[in-house]
Amino acid sequence: MTPHPLVVQPAVKNIRFIRKGEVVNLGNVPPERTVLELLREDLGCTGTKEGCGEGDCGACTVVLGQIENGALRFRAVNSCIRLAHSIDGMALWTVEDIAAPDGSLHPAQQAMLQCHASQCGFCTPGFVMSLFGMYHNHVSRGIPITRALAQEELSGNLCRCTGYRPILDAAQHMARLTPVVLDENTLLSKLELLAQAGYAQEPDSAYKLPYTLIELLRLRAAHPSAQLVAGCTDVGLWVTKQHRQFGEIIDLTQVAELCHIEDQPDELLIGAAVTLADAFTALVNNRPQLHHFASRFAGLLVRNSGTLGGNIANGSPIGDSMPLLIALGATIVLMSERGRREMPMENLYTGYRTNVMAADEVLAFIKVPKAGSPHPCPLPKGNGVEAETESAALPGSLAPSPLRGEGGGEGLPEFLRIYKISKRYDDDISAVCLAIKLHIENSTVIHASIGAGGVAATPARAVQTEAALTGQPWTLATVQRAMAVLRAEFSPISDMRASSAYRSEVLGNLLQRYWLESQGVQQINLESFVLEERA
Amino acid sequence: MDKDISLSRDEVADPDVALANAHADLMADPQPAPISPPPVPQAAGSSHFHESARAQVQGAATYVDDIPEIKGTLHAAPILSTVAHGRLLGVDTAAALAMPGVRGVMLACDIPGDPLLGNFAHDEPVFAQDTVQHIGQVIGVVVADSVMQARRAARQVKCHIDALPAILNVHDALAAQSYVLPPVFVRRGDADAALKTAAHTLHGTLEVGGQEHFYLEGQIAYVVPQEQNQWLVYSSTQHPGEIQHWVSHALGIDNHAVRVECRRMGGGFGGKETQSGHMAVWAAVAARKLQRPVKLRMDRDDDFLVTGKRHPFAYDYTVGFDDTGRITGLKLVMAVNCGFSADLSGPVADRAVFHVDNAYFLQDVDIASYRCKTNTQSHTAFRGFGGPQGMVVIEAIMGDIARQLGLDPLAVRKRNLYGIGERDVTHYQMRVEDNILAPLLSKLEQTSSYVERKQAISAWNLASPVIQRGMAITPVKFGISFTATLFNQAGALVHVYTDGSCQVNHGGTEMGQGLNTKVCQIVADELGIAFEQVLATASDTSKIPNASATAASAGTDLNARAAQYAARNVRDNLAQFVAGMDGCGAGAVLFRSGQVITPKTHRPFTEVVKLAYANRIQLWSDGFYRTPKIHYDKATLTGRPFYYFAYGAACTEVAIDTLTGESRVLKVDILHDVGNSINPAIDIGQIEGGFVQGMGWLTTEQLVWNDKGLLTTHAPSTYKIPTAGDVPGHFKVDLWPEPNREDNVFGSKAVGEPPFMLAISVFEALRDAVAQARPGTRVHLDAPATAENVLRALGGR
Repeated sequence: MTPHPLVVQPAVKNIRFIRKGEVVNLGNVPPERTVLELLREDLGCTGTKEGCGEGDCGACTVVLGQIENGALRFRAVNSCIRLAHSIDGMALWTVEDIAAPDGSLHPAQQAMLQCHASQCGFCTPGFVMSLFGMYHNHVSRGIPITRALAQEELSGNLCRCTGYRPILDAAQHMARLTPVVLDENTLLSKLELLAQAGYAQEPDSAYKLPYTLIELLRLRAAHPSAQLVAGCTDVGLWVTKQHRQFGEIIDLTQVAELCHIEDQPDELLIGAAVTLADAFTALVNNRPQLHHFASRFAGLLVRNSGTLGGNIANGSPIGDSMPLLIALGATIVLMSERGRREMPMENLYTGYRTNVMAADEVLAFIKVPKAGSPHPCPLPKGNGVEAETESAALPGSLAPSPLRGEGGGEGLPEFLRIYKISKRYDDDISAVCLAIKLHIENSTVIHASIGAGGVAATPARAVQTEAALTGQPWTLATVQRAMAVLRAEFSPISDMRASSAYRSEVLGNLLQRYWLESQGVQQINLESFVLEERA
Repeated sequence: MDKDISLSRDEVADPDVALANAHADLMADPQPAPISPPPVPQAAGSSHFHESARAQVQGAATYVDDIPEIKGTLHAAPILSTVAHGRLLGVDTAAALAMPGVRGVMLACDIPGDPLLGNFAHDEPVFAQDTVQHIGQVIGVVVADSVMQARRAARQVKCHIDALPAILNVHDALAAQSYVLPPVFVRRGDADAALKTAAHTLHGTLEVGGQEHFYLEGQIAYVVPQEQNQWLVYSSTQHPGEIQHWVSHALGIDNHAVRVECRRMGGGFGGKETQSGHMAVWAAVAARKLQRPVKLRMDRDDDFLVTGKRHPFAYDYTVGFDDTGRITGLKLVMAVNCGFSADLSGPVADRAVFHVDNAYFLQDVDIASYRCKTNTQSHTAFRGFGGPQGMVVIEAIMGDIARQLGLDPLAVRKRNLYGIGERDVTHYQMRVEDNILAPLLSKLEQTSSYVERKQAISAWNLASPVIQRGMAITPVKFGISFTATLFNQAGALVHVYTDGSCQVNHGGTEMGQGLNTKVCQIVADELGIAFEQVLATASDTSKIPNASATAASAGTDLNARAAQYAARNVRDNLAQFVAGMDGCGAGAVLFRSGQVITPKTHRPFTEVVKLAYANRIQLWSDGFYRTPKIHYDKATLTGRPFYYFAYGAACTEVAIDTLTGESRVLKVDILHDVGNSINPAIDIGQIEGGFVQGMGWLTTEQLVWNDKGLLTTHAPSTYKIPTAGDVPGHFKVDLWPEPNREDNVFGSKAVGEPPFMLAISVFEALRDAVAQARPGTRVHLDAPATAENVLRALGGR
């Protein structure tokens, strides 16, 4: 017999969450059980659907509620790849939970009904829950839902019947319906109570959910074979598609120090467990030109669950945050009970999905230089070890990196662009991703920083291209030489996303696009293309 | 009259009974009704909500996997071939069987009946036996206590396969004359002679990829043993009757011992016309052997690897035309990638042949259709059923001709349209009698400001260094009816209960298209009652036997008519009864606004029902419909295969990036012909949804098989259907304001498939943009127009 979750062995903590205002307390849930399995198989709540089991269709969307800065925050996520234990201490809403007790529909449901936005209805529960999240994050807070916002926030929900128009109408229609107000205060106090009770750390629990960094590092050292997880937007697929089972899991998403972003004068210090959604919000605040790119990173459902640290540590060569962070000169901080070390992000990787992290180490922080901050010195070439520093593992008191340009002062203006080529515009994985940041002074390239994805076994820095540009006059001739260097610098593979030849060709062409953009040429990128309507 | 009639069988003395009997056969002069009942709008013609929408938005609509599982239910998972073609020497199940919770492994030897599926061509094994014919072919199923354990165990089964040479693309198949069915040739006139004398000729090739259905609800069947070797099958299927037939065939029992039920599907699109049968048979074989309920819910990746897709096509054409762009001769070779078995490839390839003309008269034409066998999934029905693959090539040819002559593509299209009273016979000898193409195209040309925009775009492009825009209008003429004439029949049951509520059941299936909603609307109007009083129930082979697949866009035409006839029978019974009471002719009795109206008085429908019941009047009936006028010779592919045509046209504007090949759809205007719309909201939903699905087929949805024959795009992470952001801000749909010229239910026209092909305008707009970027060169763009394919068409690497 496969262990039945309600009767069986692995020593795990109970999961507690709030649903329909009540605390749900479930014991003996296996560590790799997903929220969707919990709902459909254990609780018999079949309203939430499985469409793909890999977080790409959104049929399984549920909404999680958490306290953040004293207020309730709603996050729509894919329940099919979200581990059940990870929602401990949160509020959970499914499509079955949001109509009023008298049967009247929530605006998310009513709008879908009135706009004829369901046909086969299988994606509908997922859309309803994405709309529910939008409603309480936007409409309830007086923020209007524009067509563009609806398209951005719904890109992780697929519908095969409607062609989306009525669903987008529904998103905008919600605000016109009788408002529904959640009793946030009662919910907040219940969440507080859950938090106070805590997810007691039994040392032999198969699912470990530490709250502090020190606790995390201790667990990591004591259980080096445990699977470390954060948002599980990739590890979730190991469970659903590769059928993997883990003896032990360490979940770092509730480690307080890793869940926030420190906006420092020269850099953003981003905890590894900060969601992609929040990390990109911070990055976009600092560099507004990243908005389109940020909204094209997977879908909101994945960005709401996945973490920036997870994307980096996972090390997929087609992970989209790394080319950007490489171009921005980001560094990462690895921590263990032995200490900490810091290195340029690209030095983390040693090969396809392999990295320099020791068994007791975790990726704790990402440091991203802000726009206008002094550009980093040229990086020491080599194995990267020389760039690392050691100091005590003291979260919150990180020493300044020696990589930083001394003397600070006024930063040089940067010109940053990031380009993503994929088959589908939204919620797709890059065939090629290229981030280019140049500092140009007196028509000369003072500093070049280029990150590339999809063109090598790891996310990579285009060092040869950087060299071909640095110190050169910023002219078409320089660009054309650099295009050739860039195409020659990588030997991408052919796969289902694109051929090797296409990837190489486009790498160079994207540098050409960057050149044109630097010359102020408008309407050359479909990402920002605006069709002028006829009068 | 508002006396509550007891329904007790012991109630014998009811005065109303005597009253009714006394007047049963009397006729009286019609007199105006003394009071008019309050007007209630008819149900048909208005945008009623989908009958399940309220449940769907609450997660309360039940799909097969939501049915509460019976105690003891086991779960099956398929064992897949990892080799495209090979001899299956042995299957080692020991490791799987040793796993906890595993209850058994079913292989070909466990099939009690025929080891070949009971399908039309009879060429496909239930489980691979001696040979495997594609990666993903199912060799058996593992059955276990839980879904995950079954899936885990399935991967522990070791299949010993000796690889054989595999044919992985249609060109190799053509060269090897590897066919699932013999080639078909359709000729009219003398194409060779016409090409010789043509003022201009063009030769070209085109490849158009397949398409995964990506129904949001994956394939699933749940088989529950009943007493005495009878079986209840819950299946997500477009064709319960076929499931019944296949399951009984595999189990070696009579059809009557298998009951198949489907309340709704989470999407079908043709992918559950035959392909759902496999899951049902596999689950049934396991359920029979283990004598336990067995559910088989496919993992999404397995679903991609196992089930067939839209047929990929390759074309080679030579076209002759005059200075005005009018086609004078066409030779066309279509190589159809059918996969490893015939499945529905014959009729799909036939329909492609039938739709090569699309909207255009082809005088001298020679079409060769090769049904190629490859070592891939067995390709199957998909919305349009070959029609899109027929139309896309003639539209490409129209674009090519226009560019060759320096004419506007729309002018060339108009020049070639079917005429009225002349040039109106198709290459398969059917007269086009309901042609509205010219006025429809002209209207769309106007409302979309085609001419002005086209000029503005050309001017804009000259000044644009990277982005190039393109625009195209393409028409659709799509033949409605199953080309296999026998399938054009349908049955329905209408039950009126003593409280006046009505239940309707028909042979069609609900996959989101709103069939049940439309049927309820038609039945409601037939009985003159409110839409809400009519309930449609699950498709069930024990209610309507031998029903055709819900396919060919004909679901409403067939089933709503059958239901209308069933309701009419009930109504006739009631009318005769009421006429007897009021001393009028039955024909004078009206059913409207919940009232039954005679020249003398009017009564609430509910009251009439109670009275009728008390008087032993039959309150339920069957209805049967068969499409008139159609006939078709399978050998020569000639006749009148279609009852009528559905028409439409779309104007699409796109932009491409000449550095990367990326593209966006900017603006879409559609004018589509649904006849009298039974439900405008539902019809518009079909039009928009079909268009976007067609857009996906031609742009982002790329199926990639690697050099081993493995489909590497086997999940939504790698196979990209359109998402919300792909829908242009300007996406306008208008309905053509004219009823069906043939006698069809409510004057409506079929709407399921035709709009899919409106998306060919996207492809032609992209080709236009490429042409604008590279003036003076032939455009060679294959579909789907991924960024890579567009860049290649632009002359990049």
